[in-house]
Amino acid sequence: MTPVDRRSAAGFLVTLGTMLVILFGAPHALDTFGLVQATGFAALAMFALSQGFIWGYGGVMSFGQAAFLGLGGYAYAVSVINMGDSTLPILIAILVPTLFAGLLGYFMFYGRISDAYIGVITLTVSVILFQLVNTTSGSQYRIGEAELGGFNGIPAIPALNKLGDAGNPLDNDGIWYAAMGALILVYALLRWVLASRFGRVVVAIRENETRAQLIGYDPRLYKLLAFMISAAVAGLAGCLYANWGGFISPTVFGLSMSAQVIIFVLVGGLGTLVGPMLGAVLIQWLIIEAGSQNVVDSNLGLGIVLVAFVLLIPQGLLPVVRNLLMRIPDLVAKARPAKGSASEPVRDARAAEVRP
Amino acid sequence: MDLAGLLTFNVLTGIATLVLITLGLGVIYGMMRIINLAHGEFMMLGAYTAVMANGAGVNIWIAMLVLPPLVVGAVGLVLERTVIRFLYGRMMDTMLATWGISLGLIGLITTLYGNVVRGVSTPVGSFEIGRYGASLYSLVIIAAAVAALAGMFLLLRMTKFGLILRATMQNPRMAAAMGVSPDRIYMATFGLGAALAGLAGGVLAPISGVSPAMGAAYISRAFITVLGGGPAIVTGTGLASSVFGVINELVSFRTTPVIGDVALLVAAILLIRVLPQGITGRYLRRSL
Amino acid sequence: MGMIKGTMNRRHALKLGLAGAGSAVAMPFFARNGLAAEPIKLGSLLDGTGALGLEGKRMIETTEYAVELLNKAGGLLGRPIKLIAYDTQSNMQLYTQYAQTLALKDKVDVIQGGITSASREAIRPIFGRSKTLYFYNTQYEGGVCDRNVFCTGSTPAQTVNHIVDYALKNWGKKAYIVAADYNYGHITASWMTKFMKDGGGSVAGTDFFPLDVTNFSSAISRIQQAQPEIVLSALVGANHSGFYRQWDAAGMKGKIPMGATVFGLGDELTTMDTSTTNGILTCYGWYNDLDTPASKAFVSGMQAKFGADVTDLSELDTATYEGIMFWAEAVKKAGSIERDAVIAALESGITIESPTGKVTMDPGTHHTIRNTYLARPKDRKWEQLATFPDSFPADTGGACDLVKNPRMNKQFTPDLKG
Repeated sequence: MTPVDRRSAAGFLVTLGTMLVILFGAPHALDTFGLVQATGFAALAMFALSQGFIWGYGGVMSFGQAAFLGLGGYAYAVSVINMGDSTLPILIAILVPTLFAGLLGYFMFYGRISDAYIGVITLTVSVILFQLVNTTSGSQYRIGEAELGGFNGIPAIPALNKLGDAGNPLDNDGIWYAAMGALILVYALLRWVLASRFGRVVVAIRENETRAQLIGYDPRLYKLLAFMISAAVAGLAGCLYANWGGFISPTVFGLSMSAQVIIFVLVGGLGTLVGPMLGAVLIQWLIIEAGSQNVVDSNLGLGIVLVAFVLLIPQGLLPVVRNLLMRIPDLVAKARPAKGSASEPVRDARAAEVRP
Repeated sequence: MDLAGLLTFNVLTGIATLVLITLGLGVIYGMMRIINLAHGEFMMLGAYTAVMANGAGVNIWIAMLVLPPLVVGAVGLVLERTVIRFLYGRMMDTMLATWGISLGLIGLITTLYGNVVRGVSTPVGSFEIGRYGASLYSLVIIAAAVAALAGMFLLLRMTKFGLILRATMQNPRMAAAMGVSPDRIYMATFGLGAALAGLAGGVLAPISGVSPAMGAAYISRAFITVLGGGPAIVTGTGLASSVFGVINELVSFRTTPVIGDVALLVAAILLIRVLPQGITGRYLRRSL
Repeated sequence: MGMIKGTMNRRHALKLGLAGAGSAVAMPFFARNGLAAEPIKLGSLLDGTGALGLEGKRMIETTEYAVELLNKAGGLLGRPIKLIAYDTQSNMQLYTQYAQTLALKDKVDVIQGGITSASREAIRPIFGRSKTLYFYNTQYEGGVCDRNVFCTGSTPAQTVNHIVDYALKNWGKKAYIVAADYNYGHITASWMTKFMKDGGGSVAGTDFFPLDVTNFSSAISRIQQAQPEIVLSALVGANHSGFYRQWDAAGMKGKIPMGATVFGLGDELTTMDTSTTNGILTCYGWYNDLDTPASKAFVSGMQAKFGADVTDLSELDTATYEGIMFWAEAVKKAGSIERDAVIAALESGITIESPTGKVTMDPGTHHTIRNTYLARPKDRKWEQLATFPDSFPADTGGACDLVKNPRMNKQFTPDLKG
């Protein structure tokens, strides 16, 4: 194990521990309203994970990640209304966006479409979905029992229930445990994927596509699979999001959703998993705070934050903070010159890994 | 027969609208390879300029056709100097930064003028195609689009500035060696693109609801048309607008405006899949 | 003009937050009368900005006005009323967010609000779950049957049928319907179709438009192709007002007459050209130049509070006023703010005198029995054509009886097959 691996493993365990503390601590520390808010944060943090994974590690700039969030949410809503029991609908909420991403990804990655065009195509696809779903008012647009409702969206979506027990819906505490538990699980799974051989190839392709291709990997396939994984995560986030308010409407497909998740990742830290989650909580909290005052529109703040980060801190908050923290041992070491030279390369290695 | 006349007229209006909303984006993308995600908000600023100027008693034609390009062009220059120029060569970062600018402008206008929808009345009346009535204002839109396209063509083809622009686009280093400052050319290009977006906003203000978020309604159509058109600014914009405009209007007439928009977007995605470099990336490569 | 409007909005928004605290604390007179007691909390969710800001702005002001009136009269049950209001910005996601805030965090005693039927359907289940009494105060497509909800606006059986009757009698038999693409537009269009057919007419076509559509040129061409004798509009919001402008610009205004179900509820009469607005037939529960003392008192009271430019009040505002006054009346009668006690009082057939005339809450449907009026704009004023006293909400009343079936919870829509 190199020092980098050891530090990263330590970081993983610290993050996991913190998340578990939050999982079990929040119901005691927060009132009902606070817990409901926190559940929303967990759903958005998972959405941020999906963008952080595909952008930060896969190097694919998806400007329309909201498409998968929305598909997941709608898939859950439609299937749970039809089935009553929520167990299978969760899987459907993951599967539908994954398959859709498979088709779209095949279309793009196997179609020699360049990076910037992928950005515009994903954005356009989310706009198409928004417009289509937005125009499904009227009782003729229904899937089984579920009316799509167009602009109205689908109200009164049944909440998750205990596995296999349709008559027993979860209360606010239960939904919190489900959402935060799922977030922890997805985080751990993504860490595992990235540590696997597959994950390393994905990162290698991000670093240098031609080189990876010459070694014998098919970048198109790996990008496609990474794209599908990120869509699956976004779909699950959509399912939780629909559970959070018991309501879903076409705004989940909207441009502002896609914009927000990009800001989450950029602010938190590109090329990390913890960063996007922190970014989601931080920015969402700021939006809510900004929303309760009526003087300045929150978009203005978001826009300034986005421009400032692109210009000044393109690597995001987490890597900056982490690098600062890592300098502390160096500074200590400098006080004792004998060890100073040993820690120098480590910092460089970290910096190299963080770069997008 | 009357119906065919009316439909043809609507299709021409649709094409002209697409040309107007696309040209400014096409100039910036074609010259600088920057995908300007704030394009829709530049249009919104143009529309606001028209509404505000008209409300302040300025002649409606000046308010719609003259002031918006000037105001938005100036805004474009300022943003180029303060943000965009630091990001040349970093395509993804410019996309993110212009997205930030787009959100910022929406927020700024909401803060200043409130999130309300405004309208201006069309300054001209109606005319008859057989037994059908149609708005004369559509002729204004068509005229503005033709003038903008022709103006771009003449600028690129006939003026020294156009020559320098084309040279810088093809080989910035060589142009620099010849004594041209690419930096200033890029600045001028970005300002020009912003001004064209402003013009589009001003011209379209009477037929759209003017609100801080109005840009979003145009943005995906404009992008996809630019990418579909490919690198040649005038020919590409003209051709792609024609193809997509026909699809959009005919499908809208048969179904609803929403399905018409969706048909446009789907057709454009398919076109890009077949011709990743756009129409003029494959054909008519030597055109402007 | 625009700038002034913008800042006014925000000033009102700021005032809203302070209104409750101000009215309860800053007046020593009330404190002496025992009003220092714990305030009763009235939650409001309305769109002050965005596509529906046009309609919502005055509703927000009316809410402030009505709460102020109640507090000036000594509050309710010896307690002051505190208004907790959120601007939902015409954004469906904010409706659910703020609804949860009102129900779970602010724990208000009653909710007054919602403009579009989409927003009502988004928040209705939330208040059902939290058992928070909810008043929906706009004219709408009718049919909501829910024990927790009271609707004070007029419904199609009280309004749309009169527009259709008039059109069939005076204009012709063939109609074309344009409507907003969400539940209000769809259900209203169904009612229009039903009334047309019942009256021996026909519908040549029906088109729906999402609220963000602003360009209606292809729609106007389609209408011309169908050659109807009547156009019926259930278009909603500021973007859709472009339809009326473009209809006029295309020279259609003089050719095919039009009836509309939402037109004139915002500031259309003051901001649009008279050539665009004149003659569009409407039917509402109230018009702002209605010549009764109560109606005049309401207009002058609002103008005294919010300025002389409040010339665009509509049924949306009187319905908001009625929603708050019905609730206040029921609280007084019940002697409690407990939800079940207040519902029981509301179901006792109570009547209030409002700017629109005498209004009775129908116990079975939770809708109002009220006067409605037929009118059309003429040079920025309303020209009254007919009055329909004590209309019963028959659209909802056919099937909904909450006294017999308190557990019923659905929305009835017209049956077009029958």
